[in-house]
Amino acid sequence: MTAAISARDLRKRYGDVHAVDGVSFEVRAGEFFGLLGPNGAGKTTTLEMVEGLRRPDEGRALLLGEPSWPRNPGLLRRVGVQLQASAFFEKLTAREQIRTFASLYGVADERADAMLAEVGLAEKAGTREDRLSGGQAQRLSIACALVHDPELVFLDEPTTGLDPQARRNLWDLLRGINAAGRTVVLTTHYMDEAEVLCDRVAVMDAGRILRVGPPAELAAELEADSLEDVFLQLTGREYRE
Amino acid sequence: MKPFASLSKAMALGLLRDRASVFFILVFPLMFLALFGALFKDAGVSRATVVQVGAVEVLDEMPPKQRAALDDVLEIDRSGNRAEALEKVRDGDADAAVWEEPGGRVQMRVSAADPVQAGNVGGVLRSIVDRASIAATGQPPAYTLTGGQVEDESLEAIQYFTPGLLGWAVAMGGVFSAALGLVNWRKKRILRRLWLAPVRAGPVICARLGVNMLLAFAQTAIFLLVATVPYYGLRLTGDWWLVIPLVACGSLAFVSVGFAIGAWAKTEDAANGLAQIVVLPMAFLSGSFFPLDAAPPWVRSISEALPLKHLVQAMQDVLTRGGSWSDALPAMGIMLLTAAVFTALAHRLFRWDAT
Ligand SMILES: Nc1ncnc2c1ncn2[C@@H]1O[C@H](COP(=O)(O)OP(=O)(O)O)[C@@H](O)[C@H]1O
Ligand SMILES: [Mg+2]
Repeated sequence: MTAAISARDLRKRYGDVHAVDGVSFEVRAGEFFGLLGPNGAGKTTTLEMVEGLRRPDEGRALLLGEPSWPRNPGLLRRVGVQLQASAFFEKLTAREQIRTFASLYGVADERADAMLAEVGLAEKAGTREDRLSGGQAQRLSIACALVHDPELVFLDEPTTGLDPQARRNLWDLLRGINAAGRTVVLTTHYMDEAEVLCDRVAVMDAGRILRVGPPAELAAELEADSLEDVFLQLTGREYRE
Repeated sequence: MKPFASLSKAMALGLLRDRASVFFILVFPLMFLALFGALFKDAGVSRATVVQVGAVEVLDEMPPKQRAALDDVLEIDRSGNRAEALEKVRDGDADAAVWEEPGGRVQMRVSAADPVQAGNVGGVLRSIVDRASIAATGQPPAYTLTGGQVEDESLEAIQYFTPGLLGWAVAMGGVFSAALGLVNWRKKRILRRLWLAPVRAGPVICARLGVNMLLAFAQTAIFLLVATVPYYGLRLTGDWWLVIPLVACGSLAFVSVGFAIGAWAKTEDAANGLAQIVVLPMAFLSGSFFPLDAAPPWVRSISEALPLKHLVQAMQDVLTRGGSWSDALPAMGIMLLTAAVFTALAHRLFRWDAT
């Protein structure tokens, strides 16, 4: 069975900054995979190269067995992406947003409305994008990424900035997505989140992957009590911006 | 819905729900039309003022119809005192003073301060006197001259302002909505999101263009409706409907200019600033707000190089001067050329990301 994702030696530089400095990893179909790391570790850049949004300086990524760069519309139909900052059309309501995105994939309005209900936003369908709460906006953004029923879903820090209730609420949603058979890749800097959700995590810092494995194994290997301790042990305790 | 239709709808709603852009793009030019039309309502024909002292038979005995025609060009005030009348002419309050002396000798005095107006008044009065003399002989005149002005309609302000301001409105709507729309979509990461969807650039660009053309057509319809109400009194000539393809081509050209600005600008403020710098001087130099007939030659040669000048002129020709295809086609060609140049420029400058 082909891996859902196979990334080989990805590198990206911005001037003197090695944003991503030789990253390789594989994700199996149906897996819930986490990219864990402090701010600036290179998670977003890695994800964007894997998705085919940015051209890697070196290395390449295969999604579902096909290269993600150059842009491949056939592949894009099978992949769903939630960008780090939500990308919404200005002044449009939740329903109008998701229907617009649905149309780009040839998906009917009814299916878009059903997706909105699935993330619990049926009552907010008529609310404009800028009047949704943080959690509602994230759920809408995820719904827009899922509207065409992709096999592979990328979520970049979906829970950052949410209150605890909204985070728990979103976890249930993400578990459901994975349980429905989709491969999910998520970036986060919350340990509890990775521990609860992910089958495997890759701990990243300074553009490199430091360790990959199931959260419990990593903790055992490093004789740490929790993933949080693993993380601190691997990435250091100094304060970061 | 197809991507083209749904993206058009998303753009149109985004635009129409933004009060500032509706005001700026649709209402603002209309306010100018209403205001300029009213301010310059009677400014088209500059009538000469003549002070008539006492009775002057050729003027007093004029048939009412001729008298009405005369009123279009001459305003005749009456005065009982010749010295006072001459004083008015000297001060520039009147252009000429006339009185009649025994033996049918009509005397006229003008001021040398305004020789053009003096010449006009002289010509008009002389023709009145000549006609009266011929009529007095009881013979039909041996020679007659019938004439009119080539651009007899275009003297009125509304005939000038409607196409001029409409051209400005089309340019402004195209440049601003395309430039700000592109920067906004980049800033809000919608461009990135579209990259990740199986949609091609064609429907995205055509949606912007389509929305803008519809807006420009709506603007044209409103302009023509307002300008033709009796208060403003716009009179359309023959093939005025050629304004529709002209507006379509103009919209294409100025949306391209807007794309180039939006591709270059990193922020909405920068896009807004550059769009202002482009549109406003261009509108002034293209004769959108006032005629450039009296402008120095170097100004007029700059103006010739501006696409808006050709659009405004062609719209004037077809709307109010009886122009037809031969006036519209060259301007359409210039608009399409402008569109090609700026689309290529936009393509070179285009960026997906703000950083
Ligand atoms: N477009 C860009 N231009 C310049 N530097 C960038 C750009 N994107 C990211 N970087 C830099 O690359 C590094 C990794 O960033 P990013 O992938 O966003 O990290 P993370 O998502 O883990 O917070 C950071 O140092 C960031 O400043
Ligand atoms: Mg990030």
